[in-house]
Amino acid sequence: MTGPQEFDTRELRARYPDVFDRPASARLAMPAMIVAALAILVYGLIDLDFSPSRFVAGLSQLGWISLMMIPPDPGSSLPIYLKALGETLSIALLGTTLAAVFALPVSLLAARNVVPSSILRFPIRRFLDSIRGVDTLIWALVWINVVGLGPFAGVLAIAVSDFGAFGKLFSEAIEGADQKQVEGIRASGGSALHEIRFGLLPQVLPVIAGQVLYFIESNTRSATIIGIVGAGGIGLQLAEQIRVLEWQKVSFLILMILVAVAAIDFVSGKLRFAIIGRRAVA
Amino acid sequence: MTVSVSILPEQQLAVLNAAYRQAVARKRLRLLFGAVIFAAALCLAAIGAEVNLRTLFAHYGNFISYFDRILTLDTGQRVWTDVGEWLWGWRKWLKMLGETLLISYVGTLIGATFAFCLNFFAAENTSPAPWLRFVVRRLLEFARTVPGIVFALIFVIAFGLGPMAGVLAIAIHSTGALGKLFSEIVENADMKPVEGVRSTGASWLSCMRFAILPQVTAGYASYALLRFEINVREASVMGFVGAGGIGQELVVAIRKFYYSDVSAILLTIIVTVFIIDISTGWLRGRLFGKEART
Repeated sequence: MTGPQEFDTRELRARYPDVFDRPASARLAMPAMIVAALAILVYGLIDLDFSPSRFVAGLSQLGWISLMMIPPDPGSSLPIYLKALGETLSIALLGTTLAAVFALPVSLLAARNVVPSSILRFPIRRFLDSIRGVDTLIWALVWINVVGLGPFAGVLAIAVSDFGAFGKLFSEAIEGADQKQVEGIRASGGSALHEIRFGLLPQVLPVIAGQVLYFIESNTRSATIIGIVGAGGIGLQLAEQIRVLEWQKVSFLILMILVAVAAIDFVSGKLRFAIIGRRAVA
Repeated sequence: MTVSVSILPEQQLAVLNAAYRQAVARKRLRLLFGAVIFAAALCLAAIGAEVNLRTLFAHYGNFISYFDRILTLDTGQRVWTDVGEWLWGWRKWLKMLGETLLISYVGTLIGATFAFCLNFFAAENTSPAPWLRFVVRRLLEFARTVPGIVFALIFVIAFGLGPMAGVLAIAIHSTGALGKLFSEIVENADMKPVEGVRSTGASWLSCMRFAILPQVTAGYASYALLRFEINVREASVMGFVGAGGIGQELVVAIRKFYYSDVSAILLTIIVTVFIIDISTGWLRGRLFGKEART
């Protein structure tokens, strides 16, 4: 039986020098990073006009607003809101589908195992990146200039900004596909198109379907906000009611959005399970 | 050398073929069924969203020519022929971009701090009481689901116009998003250290500090950096509702048809987003090794 062992710290020190005597640079790195982060934070707070008095005044204002929001009440405009919600869901579904349809061929061009030449791939990737760098709201503003105010501009905005995201995600899915099946097709005399159709697509379609469903889900959220700039849907109603300070209607609209998003989450979760199985969803 | 391929007897083959054809037919039928439902949903959505293909075709040229116009200076030349004239407002724009970055930085940091404080209560394995977990989770869900710009709209009215509303909106949205991710990391943490610390008689707080925290910090920092990246994009449009940043300039340029300004501001935003993407990616790789880079 051994009791609690007595360790000679000096011996331990000698045996593990890098644990006990870390160089000063390593020991100082963490505090230095924290100090730098805090310094930027303080500079930011000052530069962005944060003042305690303004903060407290705003909070009390916010408290008032929250009190006025209770109870949520649509007044007499419930039918309009339901129609707007339908519009929002339509925008999300159509926009995502359009984006997926256009992104599939482009993503093939951006995938390393389909187009080996990086000179060809590079501009396509940068093109997709720059589309993704622009927010959906900005695209909505641009499309409003082209097709006018209304939900159609929202559909096109979501389609364009998702096109960038899908192009990248799809091409990554294609690059992750197993090459053996493609080689098999080639060995049996298939053309390049056959390779894609029978070797690649069966592998990547379930993944892509899962991603599309997930995006429909997240686009329901985006579609609620593009209305704020005038591209239709429930966001338009929300922004209007906030501007005229009808807080009971605002809280009702927010509740509607929450319920709709939760419902879409639930449905698309079920569908994703059905399409790609439990394992791949996590 | 001859290769012999064994072929099944006719009867057996016929049965197998029939079964195969039936299976394929069933699969095709299901696919067709799904496609029909999907198409019906699309048609319904097209009616709901007032899709008008005629408008699209009539104005499709506008979309192309819009890009043509934003790439043309007032003098009628292409923008890149006179970069000085194109980027005439770069001092102002850079300042607004700096403000945008600061908004997202401060917002992310505040949001991450709140998420850090809340996530231990939201995680299945560390929450002290089930009712607390339920409350915190619903709170985070609310903060995550309501879009940031809706918060910004309300905060602009409560706190007045300016970047403060943008910062708070981003902070709340980040709290919701990061709180969920953080609590998922905690749920994946190894519970043996916690048992070890608890067996020494430590309080809940010390368990978190000495058993959980060392396991999860790297994951936290990685997600916070990722969030910062997303928030830069989000902060670039906060100006649309008057909550500060470069969005203000952009919306004015778009609404007043200052075409070359639109392209110049878009260019600066895209370049900034690129730089932030690349540098946070590099930083995450540096801090947490290659595996955390995804």
